[in-house]
Amino acid sequence: MTRRSMKATRWLASYAIFAALVAECLILALATDAFFTESNLANVVRQNAFTAILAAGMSLVILTGGIDLSVGSVVGLAGVLSADALARGASLTAGVAVGLLVGLVVGSINGLAVTKLRVPPFIVSLAMMLLVRGAAYKYTNARTISGLPPSFAALSQGTLAASIMAAVFALTWVLLMRTPFGRHIYATGGNPEAAWLAGIRVDRVLLAVYALCGLCAGLAGVLVASRLNAGYPKAGEFYELDAVTAVVVGGTSLFGGRGSIWGTLAGAFFIGILNNGLNLFHVETYDQLMVKGGVLLAAASLDRWRTEAA
Amino acid sequence: MSLLTASGLSKSFPGVRALEGVDFELRPGEVHALLGENGAGKSTLIKILGGAVVPDAGSARLEGEPLPLGDPLAVRRRGINIVYQELTLVPELSAAENIFLGREQGRPFLRRREMARSAQALLDGLGARVARDAPVRTLSVAQQQLVEIARALANESKVLILDEPSATLSGPEVERLFAVLRGLRERGLGVVYISHRLEEIFAIADRVTVLRDGRHVASAPVAGVDRARLIRWMVGRDLTEEFPPRAPAPGEAVLEVRGLACPPRFSDVSLTVRRGEIVGLAGLVGSGRTSVALALFGALPAVRGEVRLEGQPVRFASPHDAIGAGMGYVTEDRRRRGLFRLLSARANITISYLWSLTRLGILSPGRERPAAAAAAREFDVRAAAGLTQPAGTLSGGNQQKLLLARLLLRPRRLLVLDEPTRGIDVGAKAEIYALMNRLTAQGLGILMISSELPEVLGMSDRVVVMHEGRTAGELSRAQATPESVMELATVGR
Repeated sequence: MTRRSMKATRWLASYAIFAALVAECLILALATDAFFTESNLANVVRQNAFTAILAAGMSLVILTGGIDLSVGSVVGLAGVLSADALARGASLTAGVAVGLLVGLVVGSINGLAVTKLRVPPFIVSLAMMLLVRGAAYKYTNARTISGLPPSFAALSQGTLAASIMAAVFALTWVLLMRTPFGRHIYATGGNPEAAWLAGIRVDRVLLAVYALCGLCAGLAGVLVASRLNAGYPKAGEFYELDAVTAVVVGGTSLFGGRGSIWGTLAGAFFIGILNNGLNLFHVETYDQLMVKGGVLLAAASLDRWRTEAA
Repeated sequence: MSLLTASGLSKSFPGVRALEGVDFELRPGEVHALLGENGAGKSTLIKILGGAVVPDAGSARLEGEPLPLGDPLAVRRRGINIVYQELTLVPELSAAENIFLGREQGRPFLRRREMARSAQALLDGLGARVARDAPVRTLSVAQQQLVEIARALANESKVLILDEPSATLSGPEVERLFAVLRGLRERGLGVVYISHRLEEIFAIADRVTVLRDGRHVASAPVAGVDRARLIRWMVGRDLTEEFPPRAPAPGEAVLEVRGLACPPRFSDVSLTVRRGEIVGLAGLVGSGRTSVALALFGALPAVRGEVRLEGQPVRFASPHDAIGAGMGYVTEDRRRRGLFRLLSARANITISYLWSLTRLGILSPGRERPAAAAAAREFDVRAAAGLTQPAGTLSGGNQQKLLLARLLLRPRRLLVLDEPTRGIDVGAKAEIYALMNRLTAQGLGILMISSELPEVLGMSDRVVVMHEGRTAGELSRAQATPESVMELATVGR
């Protein structure tokens, strides 16, 4: 291979998801009349803001080489408790704070179990996924909490949800690329033992990363409840898988240490627009699942290839 | 008559021309040393011969037949076996299972006893006292190395290539390895032996080939060359002496260790390092030197004993605390414990001190770039694409320089250098020695662990020798001779 084509290969490997996203939008814009309309695009953003926010938090965890499967359940519990507080007459701020706190607490428990008990993240968060989902059902007796103030529903309307998502990504970018903490995340994911010997407090980094991921999940839970205008204990089921898919499709390595937050954003929207496009073409739900599975597999293979090219 | 010939081998990697038209010839029944500085192209050459890397141009023949380059399995079946620098054993499997990995005998059921017996025979032939049934992760690095060699020999080998096998071995272990290589030579095998230790070349090799900057410089019988000429071939200039003169002016004690113990790794260690002083910590592999370094640095919990840093009693709970107190440590295990391969060279240098390079908690490129560049310049870190290049793509020597440059970012009191020049070429070694001199002149104390006797003798103002987990004795520069150090290391008194 010549040097130029080698460079091109690497470039493609790093930016494949952005190229894919652009291509996807072009194809849909040319092939359908419905895609490139203001209302459809606004809809795409609104529908995928939750996944994207979850994926931002998930990116941090996956960059350290871990995983958090509990985020979908946190969406459920945070939404339920937040809605419950509001239904009992709490202020909007207090209601939202309850949801965020739920995420922060569950995330911190994940982080403590990973660092203090040394249980693998996959198991810790799998256990937490079950515990938290169970708690959401138990608290509500599997019923939906409704009768929420209109101001709450407004959170997920119009451009507000999009702005919240944009803010989450901007902050995550600053954190990852412009702070010592972000550098420590990459270092910990790339080589935990070297990180520890270089004076990085690896346990603190991991704890913080799981706590932040939980916080993102809490925020997403509040927004989902706002969109449903209800506290629904089943909300967020399988969202953890969507989040992991977005991160991996966005080019972040599951082995840790490699990936970018913009890749994750592009990954989330690539999947979201794929769903949207398949709907516009009236593809059946079952077929959609299979398409998503194929895309995930392709993205993961690309990660292997990229690892070898680098 | 030749066994293996390669002609016109060329290979480029992005930004680097690793090999350029290199010829190489190996005869049956010879040990052929391959020499060169880091980045000279030795590793690329053997990877091509082993089929792991496809050359851009050139060809190779084994016993006159063309070699299928780029097909590691086919090359191995033809009888070329390589023991790489990085060990490739499966940690949870036993020595016997590792030796027959991929070539298990018996179908459909394994003939375990038979394999264990032939594995034992191979290990015995190497003089390796290795429990064949224990998982190899429980073996020492030296023992693992011998298992690797046994695995290579289990194949019908015609050519055996060893990439720096002695880097992790102690004196007696190297001797045993040499005896094995001589036996293989008798049997008509061709052996390619890579090492940075020139004395080993003279001890074992029949011929030597020197590479420099990806080109073939010379091939000659070892009997006809001397040390000075080899060094000149490698670096392209005369090195009048390998070790710069030291003018130590030791001040008060910066590190005092009394009766430090961390069973079972080491049981009784006492030593002192003064300002402006280099203290060599010598001993055989497995005598506990690295564990002492890790314990001093807060990476291993010490059970008993006292450590004072500039008179203050300290007990570090983590490397973070040790670094905060002004200690610096460079690991012997660059790949596993030192380097962040995916991060840029720059990030590798600044990783321990990021907080001092921020403004309002945000990393400031205006502070980080010059700080990293200055440290990299001090050590002459060579990165083709600049300091943004991922550290994993640098040559081994440059990776080691990065780790040392990391220490330069902040003023220190004490440096613990664990094999600071392992796997580094002669030119880079001289630079590192010169820098150690500059640092001690500024008042730092250095504790240097080294398995290379000439280095210990050439650089240390005092030598502390360890034997089986204890400090067996201390020698002044005048007292320290190869004999006196080896006696303390092997006998313990």
